[in-house]
Parts: sequence; C-alpha cells; structure tokens
Amino acid sequence: MTIADVQEILHGTCICGEDQKNREIHSACGSDMMSDVLAYVKDQAVLLTGLCNPQVIRTAEMIDAYCIVFIRGKKPTDEMIELAKERNITLLCTDHRMFNACGMLYSNGLRGGVPY
Amino acid sequence: MSEVKLSYTISGEDFTRAGEASGDVKSKLKVLGVSPEIVRKVSIALYEGEINMVIHAHGGTIDVVISEKDITMVLADKGPGIEDVDLAMQAGYSTASENVRALGFGAGMGLPNMKKYSDEMNIDTRLGEGTTVTMKVYLQ
Repeated sequence: MTIADVQEILHGTCICGEDQKNREIHSACGSDMMSDVLAYVKDQAVLLTGLCNPQVIRTAEMIDAYCIVFIRGKKPTDEMIELAKERNITLLCTDHRMFNACGMLYSNGLRGGVPY
Repeated sequence: MSEVKLSYTISGEDFTRAGEASGDVKSKLKVLGVSPEIVRKVSIALYEGEINMVIHAHGGTIDVVISEKDITMVLADKGPGIEDVDLAMQAGYSTASENVRALGFGAGMGLPNMKKYSDEMNIDTRLGEGTTVTMKVYLQ
C-alpha cells in the first residue's frame, strides 16, 4: 500500500507532502495519546490520530513515521504544516472516526506491526 | 569518532516547542552515522524527558555526550522534585493535569518509556530543589 492508497481508502485530502505519495507503507498505528505511540511503536510509517497539535508532528518524527492521518475532520495549523514540511512528513485529513479509519486500512491489508 | 557534546536550554513556557532539542539531537546522530535503531531509542527517551521537563519542572537543561561507546544524556531541572520515584516509574501513574492530557501526554508513560529506551537510567531528585535524570544508550 502507498500513501496515495491510504488517502483514497480514507476518502482523504492531502495537506502537504504530495511528492511522497508513492512511498510504500507496511504498518500503521492509531492513537490520541502520544506517549502510547512512543511506548509501543516500531517501524510504523503511518500515524492516525485525532490529536491536533505540534507534538503530533514531533512524535511522528521521533518514531520515523512519514505520514500522519488526522481523523474526525481535524485540520492541522499552519505551524504544524511547516514543521511537517521541514521533516518530510506527509499530512492527510479524513472525516472518518478512528475505529472506522483503522478498520478500512486494516481490511485493505495494512497491519499494526509487531510491538517493540 | 571523537567525543561530541551538545547542550540545550529547555524553555518551560512553550509546550509547542517541546521536542526541539530532541529533534536536533536526532538529526545530528543521523549525520554522525549512528544506526537508526539507536537513533530512535535516544530520540524517544530524550523527547519524553524533554516533555516531562516542560510539563512538570518549568524547563531545564539537556546535555548530551556522544562517545565511541555510548550516548549519555543528562536532563537537569530546578522543578518540584519527584515525591515517590517508585510510584512515578509505574506505567500509568501520572500527576499531569487534564490540560496536559488533552495535549496527548500525561498518560503516565514518560519515565517508563525513558527507562525502556535507555540502557541505563538514574534519577537524582530532591523535593523542592529539582531532578536530574541521567540516561545512557550503548553504542557497542
């Protein structure tokens, strides 16, 4: 699956990082608690979250995720978009809620990866 | 590789900037050619520590020394100190405010995560004076 596929499956929009949309992704994680993301993540390229503040971008940076999907119609601020651009992180937005968004990706073959 | 030293002052005022130092350390380690797995361990441990400093201690200082055999991180603050270190080390225990939780932290995973991603960790804390956390990640 590529980032472009994620966008299509989630009927999402791309906020920045269009140039990375052909990058392959093999696993994802979904959480609104960034400490949980940091605790249990390993090689998850995509982070789905309903949290919308600059720490989401920084958390993605720390775990080497290169795509963030904001769920429930959340829209990143200009400051967050700038941070993401500097770090080569693609930002997508979808109106779907967490459970459905994760389920849609899972049923299309994306998995959560192994625990750290 | 000769020894590399990095120093940062962490502002306790602006939560949105928390993580800048950890991000900078991460990019420097990458340039130095440190393996991605080690870079991630150091970045996450440091990032959690940096967040803790901002949430609990009004900022502080971070000193990182990268030697041939390990990476040492010293996070020092003049905050309130930790009343019960054993309790603070328990996953899920947190004294963070609802406000902090709304920002995605304060799940009681900060110190446990720091221990998890470092090879050695020592906490020196005095109530009313401050806390110094020293973490080491082995390179060999």
